[in-house]
Formats: sequence, C-alpha cells, structure tokens
Amino acid sequence: MIEFTDLTKCYGKFTAVDHLTLHIPARQAVALWGVNGAGKTTVIKCLLGLLHFDGRITVDGRDVQRQGRAARQRIGYVPQELAFYKEMTTYDMAAFYARLKSVTADRIEAALAEVGLSEHLDKPVGALSGGMKQRLALGLALLADPPVLVMDEPTSNLDTAARSQLLQLLVRVKQAGKTILFTSHRIEEIEALADEVAVMERGQLQFRCSAAGLASRLGLRTQVKFILPGHQLDHALAVLQREGLAARRNGVGVIVEVAPGEKARPIHTLRRADIEVIDFEVE
Amino acid sequence: MTPGIIWALAQKELRDALHNRWFLLYTLAFIGLALALSYMSLAGAGIAGFAGFGRTAASLINLVLLIIPLMALTIGAQSLAHEQEQGTLAYLLAQPVTRVEVFSGKYLGLALSLLASLGLGFGIAGVVLALANGAGSPAAYVSLVLRTFLLSLTMLSVGFLISAFTRRAGVAIGIGLFLWLAFVFLGDLGLMGTAITLRLPVEQLLWLSLLNPLQVFKMAAILDINATLDLLGPAGIYAMQEYGAQLRSLFLALTAAWIVTPALAAYVRFHLRGDL
Repeated sequence: MIEFTDLTKCYGKFTAVDHLTLHIPARQAVALWGVNGAGKTTVIKCLLGLLHFDGRITVDGRDVQRQGRAARQRIGYVPQELAFYKEMTTYDMAAFYARLKSVTADRIEAALAEVGLSEHLDKPVGALSGGMKQRLALGLALLADPPVLVMDEPTSNLDTAARSQLLQLLVRVKQAGKTILFTSHRIEEIEALADEVAVMERGQLQFRCSAAGLASRLGLRTQVKFILPGHQLDHALAVLQREGLAARRNGVGVIVEVAPGEKARPIHTLRRADIEVIDFEVE
Repeated sequence: MTPGIIWALAQKELRDALHNRWFLLYTLAFIGLALALSYMSLAGAGIAGFAGFGRTAASLINLVLLIIPLMALTIGAQSLAHEQEQGTLAYLLAQPVTRVEVFSGKYLGLALSLLASLGLGFGIAGVVLALANGAGSPAAYVSLVLRTFLLSLTMLSVGFLISAFTRRAGVAIGIGLFLWLAFVFLGDLGLMGTAITLRLPVEQLLWLSLLNPLQVFKMAAILDINATLDLLGPAGIYAMQEYGAQLRSLFLALTAAWIVTPALAAYVRFHLRGDL
C-alpha cells in the first residue's frame, strides 16, 4: 500500500533520511521507531509531499511527487502537534476540511461522533482539551474514510487518560482494516497498535521486527513503581532481589525494572511473599 | 485546479479577515477620514458642509494613497507567513489540495475582503455625500473606487511576495511596513532628489515615477477627475503630449503588471518551497 524506494532527504549537508526502502502492506500497522533526530518525522513529511526529496514514494500506486493530490486523497493524517484555526468551532473546522476532501456534509457529524465529539460541535477548537483536539485530528483524518492513516507521535502531548482513550480509538480504526503508519517512542503504544516496527537510526533503516519483539531486541526495560506498607519495604526489596529482579527503594515504595513482557512478575512475587501492594504505576 | 476547493479556501480567508480587528480598524479609519475629508474640502473656500462627489474624489486620492497600500501590504504579508508560523499551512498542504489551489484561494479570499472593506468605506461615505450634497457626477467617485481596488490588488500581490519569502509573520509585516514607507514617502522624496541632483530629462522622470504603482494610481485617478495631468507639472504635461489618449491604457497595463508579476513570483516561490 505504501512503498518507499530509496528515499533520501538532505538539509544542506545533513542527511535526515538516507536511502530508505520500506514496504508497508495493506491493512498492516507499521510503527517507525527511533530516537529524536532519527528521521521519522521527515519520512512522514516526505510521504505527505511537504518536503522535496530524492527517491520515490507511492501510496496505493500513486506517486507522491507526481500525483500528490491523488496520493493524499488516500491518506488521513494526524500530526504530532495540532495546528488548528483556534477560533473556528469543532463543526466548522470539520466542515472546512470536509470541503477540501470533497466529503458530503452528512458525513461530518458521523465522523465527529466516531471520535466522541458530538457534544462539542459548537465549542471553539481553542477551548478543547489536548485529548479532544487529538481526537478531532483523528476525526478529520477519517472524514473521507481513507485506506491509509498516517500519524506522527499521536499521543506524545497527551496525559495518561487521554492517551488511553485515543489508543482505544486507534485500535478500533486498525480493526476496521486501515493501513497505518505511525511514529512513536512509546513501547506500550507500539505493542497496542503495531504489527511491525521499522527501527530507524540516523536516517537509516536499521532493522524490522515484530512489535512484540521490539523491547527484547532493543533491550528496553519498563519501570514499575510499587507503593507498599512502610514496615514491609525492606522485606519486599529483599524478596524481589532474591527473585533476580532489579529493584531499589524509592520513598514510600520500590521501583522494579523489568522487560516489557514481564510487568506482572514482580506483582506475583510480592503476592507470594504475602506483601500487600497498595498501588502501582508503570512507566 | 478544483474551483470548489479554491472557493472553500477563499471563504475561510474572507471570514477570517472580516473577524480581524485590524482589518475592521483600517476600514473604520478609512470611512471616518473619508467623511472628514469630504466635509473639510470646502472649508478652504469658506463653505461649510459636504463637498460633491468630484471634489471629494480628488481629496480622497491622498487618503487612499496612505491607507490602502498599508492595509493590503500588511494582510498580504501575513497571508502565508502567519500560517506557516502557526503550523496550519503544513497541515493544510497535507490534505488533498494542491499548492496552486491554496495560493489562489488565499489570494481570492483576501482580494474579496479588501473589496468588501473598500465597498463599505466608499459606500458609506458615498451614501452620506449623496444625502448631504448630491452635486457633481458620481462617475469620478466610482472610477476612484475601481482604481483603488486595483491599487489594493497591486499591494496585496507585493504582500504575498514578501510572505512567500519569510517564515515569520512579524518579519513579513516589518518588511511590508518598510516597503509601504518606500512606496509612499521615500519613492517621492528619492525621485525628487534624484531629479534635482541629476537634472533628469522629463521623460526619464515620468518613467521613474511610473515604476511606483502608487504614482501610477495617482496619475490615473487625477486623469479620471481632471481629464489632464497638467497639474502634475512638466512630467504631467510631457505625458499628456507624448501619450495622450493612450495614457489610460498605459496606466492599466502598468497596474496589471504590478498585480500579476509579484503574485506570480510569490506563487513560484511558494510552489518551489520544499521545507514546510
């Protein structure tokens, strides 16, 4: 569905994307993973025709540079940082973009309802919360029901609740059969959404792997913070360390570093030792 | 190009401009000053009250030369630069639209908003004049309105050109203000100084004047009202003798060139920009 062939983008002497070749099949969700400056956002901008580049990108067979409009008609885009006309109402904003996408007016309310904004149609966009704005961006991206959804760090500016709400929506979108390309640096987002991950470093594709295998491939660790009764802290620390877990004291609790697929292990260990877990938080 | 998309973009620009307080302020200032000028233009002759359409049109030329270029240059200068600064331009261009549609839609919307503002300003002043003193032919007044609209388009095009080369609205407005000063004051003063120092022949003086779209507007407007350019001195007399009946076509061609050339250059720059 999306084909990057030998994509190269230079800013002066700096090469932001270096001969990237990547195929994204239809109905697959692929995440671009990499540290800041790895070239992920540049890849997205090239795909949208916002940057001139060398190489070739096609979307459903349409060349991004030669058939830009036709290519973008197949893409719904959710940017990292929303840049909206703040004085417009939610409905007016959707109506404006619907006209640009040649979408009939009856689709507008349905698209906004899909992202849970039916009760905010008359609200100025500037008055919406960060989560609502991001859901609006998703609603606008889905207005014309495009086969491809492209997102650049879609949850990076959201709090935990808003992030979780958006992720649930995105999982539904994925289940509806969209081809998804997104950038992220959040492992839980990738695990929830991606079928495959393309890892980038200094503008080059390093390797591709399954979403489930990314953490172990990169040696990533997840921190789990446990809040425990004060009198059991030392005992808990000893039990966790005896189990081979990397645990340390932290004020009213302990912090344990585990592989992303092993978050439940310290909980089981603590329960087996009859240590009460008051609360926990995953980072 | 899809006309529906261009019209959607134009309508949005028009709506934004009509909600812009600066735009409203310019319009109100223009209405107030136009009425005040009309009222005072007879005071020198010892008559109180509003002058007729012809005399008011003559008085309005200088007011138009001051306010309209400022208004059109500043809104043109903000057009692309402000949206780029806000990030809305990149989001807009990520939609299934082409750059020529975005550019045309913005230009059309801002041109229409200028037309609305001028229509309001000249319209209110015209109604008051008609009610207070219907003397004189409204033809000179209507002709001034049309010429003013063309002048606003020349400055809008120059504003777009500034905007296409800048990324920040503040910088674009600053350049716009400098150009406004250059067109309104420095151009005149520089030309006078050059003419005196270099003892320029009258035909060169005329052509140097015609390089400034504001001078083109002034000469054309005076010709409409007065049927001659004699009051502009030797350059005016020379223009009448040399070009006579062709002067109006010459002024129109120069105005058209000032509208099309900067707008085209702005579009080429906008189209070639690969860093949005």
